[in-house]
Amino acid sequence: MKLGRITGKVWATAKDPKLNSLTLYVMQPVDEHDKLLGTELIAVDTVGSREGDLVYWVGGAEATFPFHDRQIPSDATIVGLVDRLDTQPDGTA
Amino acid sequence: MILCKVVGSIVATIKHDSYDNQKILLVRPVTPEGDLKSGTIVAVDTVGAGEGNIVLVASEGRAAMEILGFSARQPLRSVIVGIVDCIDCERSGG
Amino acid sequence: MELGRVEGTVVSTAKAERLKGRKLLLVNLVGPDTKPSTNHVVAVDAVGAGEGEVVIVVRGSSARQVDDLANVPTDTSIVAIVDSIDYGGKTVFRKNS
Repeated sequence: MKLGRITGKVWATAKDPKLNSLTLYVMQPVDEHDKLLGTELIAVDTVGSREGDLVYWVGGAEATFPFHDRQIPSDATIVGLVDRLDTQPDGTA
Repeated sequence: MILCKVVGSIVATIKHDSYDNQKILLVRPVTPEGDLKSGTIVAVDTVGAGEGNIVLVASEGRAAMEILGFSARQPLRSVIVGIVDCIDCERSGG
Repeated sequence: MELGRVEGTVVSTAKAERLKGRKLLLVNLVGPDTKPSTNHVVAVDAVGAGEGEVVIVVRGSSARQVDDLANVPTDTSIVAIVDSIDYGGKTVFRKNS
């Protein structure tokens, strides 16, 4: 799993039915110091996150498994909202 | 699996069910010499790792499912599966 | 997933049996600003996207989670047509504008 910062939201009416009622966010992968890592992605939200939130997300096949009753066509799924993040104080992290 | 160093931890109240009651750590990939590489991974700890430890991280969903004892695939793939004592070291007393 | 703009149709006669009858689109991967990039992918269309439209592209094994594509040998699918994008507090893209 990776950290990400939600930077925007995408609206799409015509989409795969399995994505209906799910929120699609623009998400910037970041490290623990909020340093940007790579390009922005579109991620499916499953935890009620909002723009500006720091989240963690899962990629690959595991992104398809957030729901018990169905799999979704997602390769980036937000699975947790970060309340607090603790890192080593010496800045080596 | 890859070598990583534990660099922090995360507290999250709202999260997917599969992360309930799991310790969630932040790890950075490292070289065998212990130098930090780029990228940060959010990993579930299963071995009692702590900050500063060099650990083994498996990033594969089926492996995570088996280690954490899930009966079905979950949106969780990165798991700390070992704490590295040393690499290429002489075994001292087993 | 990633954003992309459909730039054209890829025609291929000699292709895998299970790809037959599938619409293959050439997609230019873009950021939220939808400005052209140098990255292109060929994607199987699952939503009826057309040239010029901004779409959402899903990659990897997740690309086969579309019901209709379960047995299609694709690693890149178009799963949505974007209506609008809010980014940094502003609407930066709106379809047909």
